[in-house]
Amino acid sequence: MSASLSPLPALSHPALEAVEITKRFSGVVANDAVSFSLEPGEIHVLLGENGAGKSTLMNILYGLQKPDQGEIWVGGKAVRLDGPKDAIQQGVVMVHQHFMLVPVFTVLENIVLGVEQTRGQWGQLGVLERAKPARQIQALADQLSLQVDLNAKVGELPVGVQQKVEIIKALYRGARILILDEPTAVLTPTEATELFELLRRLTQQGLSIVLITHKLKECLAIADRISVMRQGKMVGTVYPQQASESLLAEMMVGRKVILQVEKPLMQAGAPVLQTRRLVVWDDRHQPAVNGVDLTVCAGEILGIAGVQGNGQTELSEALTGLRSPAQGQIDILGQDQTGASPRQLIEQGLAHVPEDRGKNGIVKTYSLADNAVLCTYYQPPFAKKGLIRPGAIARQATQLIQEFDIRPANPRVLAGSLSGGNQQKLIMARELSRGAKLLIACQPTRGVDIGAIELIHRRIIAARNQGMGVLLISSELDEILALSDRIAVMYQGKVLETLAIAEATRERLGCLMAGMVQS
Amino acid sequence: MEEITGFLKLALITATPIALGAYAGILSERAGVVNIAIEGMMLTGALVAQLTAMYLYAPLQAAGIPAAEIASLCLGVIAGILAGALLGGLHSITSIRFKADQIISGTVINLLAWGMTGWIYQRWMTATAPTAPGTFPRIPIPGLRQIPVLGDLLFNHQPIVYTMLLLTGVIHYVLFYTPWGLHVRSVGEHPRAADTVGINVERVRYISTIVGGAIAGLAGVWLTLEQVGSFTLRMSAGRGFIALAAMIFGRWTPLGAFGTSLLFGLGTALQIRAASLASASAGLAMIPTQLYQAIPYLLTIIVLAGFGGKATPPAASGQPYEK
Repeated sequence: MSASLSPLPALSHPALEAVEITKRFSGVVANDAVSFSLEPGEIHVLLGENGAGKSTLMNILYGLQKPDQGEIWVGGKAVRLDGPKDAIQQGVVMVHQHFMLVPVFTVLENIVLGVEQTRGQWGQLGVLERAKPARQIQALADQLSLQVDLNAKVGELPVGVQQKVEIIKALYRGARILILDEPTAVLTPTEATELFELLRRLTQQGLSIVLITHKLKECLAIADRISVMRQGKMVGTVYPQQASESLLAEMMVGRKVILQVEKPLMQAGAPVLQTRRLVVWDDRHQPAVNGVDLTVCAGEILGIAGVQGNGQTELSEALTGLRSPAQGQIDILGQDQTGASPRQLIEQGLAHVPEDRGKNGIVKTYSLADNAVLCTYYQPPFAKKGLIRPGAIARQATQLIQEFDIRPANPRVLAGSLSGGNQQKLIMARELSRGAKLLIACQPTRGVDIGAIELIHRRIIAARNQGMGVLLISSELDEILALSDRIAVMYQGKVLETLAIAEATRERLGCLMAGMVQS
Repeated sequence: MEEITGFLKLALITATPIALGAYAGILSERAGVVNIAIEGMMLTGALVAQLTAMYLYAPLQAAGIPAAEIASLCLGVIAGILAGALLGGLHSITSIRFKADQIISGTVINLLAWGMTGWIYQRWMTATAPTAPGTFPRIPIPGLRQIPVLGDLLFNHQPIVYTMLLLTGVIHYVLFYTPWGLHVRSVGEHPRAADTVGINVERVRYISTIVGGAIAGLAGVWLTLEQVGSFTLRMSAGRGFIALAAMIFGRWTPLGAFGTSLLFGLGTALQIRAASLASASAGLAMIPTQLYQAIPYLLTIIVLAGFGGKATPPAASGQPYEK
């Protein structure tokens, strides 16, 4: 008799397992026979570029989408997930990148939403029980030494605290497995460190965690194992001890990647942009930019570091003519341009890569060629005697497509059908092709693949080397450090300090981003 | 003194359809569905209630049912409520199932209601129509009616006025003290968040909009079976839109909407008493009566122009939910 295979002891079952998952969206394979396994008590990082299929896989594991093929196993049992409710029942809870919290509800209301307790026999029309869940939630928070005011309105809390509310909400629902989607995107470096400490404490209490990210550094810092996805396929799983940033980048992209950009020393020239005591209001008439003095010289890159929502958006809108400043002055190429229209600024020599490319960077329903001349369509050679000249526009587009490696290389495709990276390359191409003297680049590589990041970074450096002044606004600290000659840190509408690149360390910037000024 | 209580009582009575209409709007907008079809739902409710009561009155009498008058009126109420709910259902299907523009869907329902009630009225409710049972009698509440001043003001009314007062509290309780209310508000503020915790967004929106339609229907029933006793063309006269103003000024809360409706009620009461006011003093007689009639509408414009601060609607109001 051959040795019979006895069932493995329960402990050795993975906490969560995806087996050969395949998912197609109208012909495109988002997940191609992907397998993934999460051991009990581990932090397993899922790494991949935008569009690699990470989110699809996680949405399937959370019951938001149904796989075309494949199985999901939880704790050694095959399960069927028809919706988040089923997943929650299995102890699988997801913390989304954009928090799933109702801003006008209190912390308590958000945490109990969907799993309320009532007094009396009236079911959903009974009196909502608050005291008992409040005690349970407080106990949970104490256990993890988290401080949260249960009666505060969620919309009034800092994002870092909102994220803790999301995690407590998950635990209150009995989560044993947490899926976190890009959890550090909105956090300061300090908050990110705190989050990682919290995640460690959670695994010590027996939780298993899947963390989705595209940031190589944090992935090496926190992971027990790292799985990499590329173009809908699982490329492989490695231990952080065996991995390095360049290895992971290579797994993500499928070829060698140069993470460092060459940046020769440059002598900065005359100022191309100067602001004096600039004050800009946000949509609610609050000062979002509050007395900012900046100078950008020809041939230098000034990086603006800071956590999202500290006035960067309003600053860039004021500088590009999209929002009128409330007070202060903006000089461009030595001339007062306060309150000038976007077209006046463009004609003066301003190039702009906007933060939200789908909304302000391209017209999605226009062709690639039309988008390539959005700022200059009315000038010769693209228009003559008031008529558009499609031939000239097509030639310009074809040239830019080649120069910036935009794919597909077809001037007639709709800009909206391009991938994020190619849309961004198109915008860069348009803005850098018209001999501008000042570039304002906002989050130029957000949601863009590594290949495009490389190209965009090289182009920004090249523009600077040719004497362009660049204002780079980015919430990615690595990007700021790689490109800038000087770094200004924005916090609550003010520039706290401007550092030369040589004196800017991650730690120092991190402190400034959290509003701590060294005395 | 009696003049003043009489005036306030009139204000409360005329506030009734506006408050009910506002509650209809609150229920659907709190769940994220904009409903500008309250006017049409009211008008339809008014017609269907009157039609039902009218055509059932004689048969019920002939069948020897005691209090055939009340019985036919009650059946009229049920029919009017159902008619409102039906239009609420239509509005929810177009806005939730087919994700149509909710303003357009609402406008279409209003046009439909205007056209259809006009046609039914011409066809079945003019010369050859049977006798109508009239209006609901007042039902003084034993005990409470005897309280001086307040007793007559609050506890000597027809049934729909009582229902409106009751609904004010019930809707406030449901929206702010129950899990169901939490679900409704979460669906209107952040439907995706609601979805991720297992709340069925579409189901909550359907129920809220349909119940809202039923209440708007009841507001219409008040016009025919409690106020006038017969149907006239376009008799809702913009009350459905005034109700929306009351909803906005009341910050999408039943208590606030009730208060604002009373304000409109006062305006209407003033308009009704204009004649007697004019005879009382020569100075007041100078004011043309048309100006009094315009009061509720002027109030609406003032309220909507943002007097008394900015009102923030539920964040997801008017947006279809895409999974």
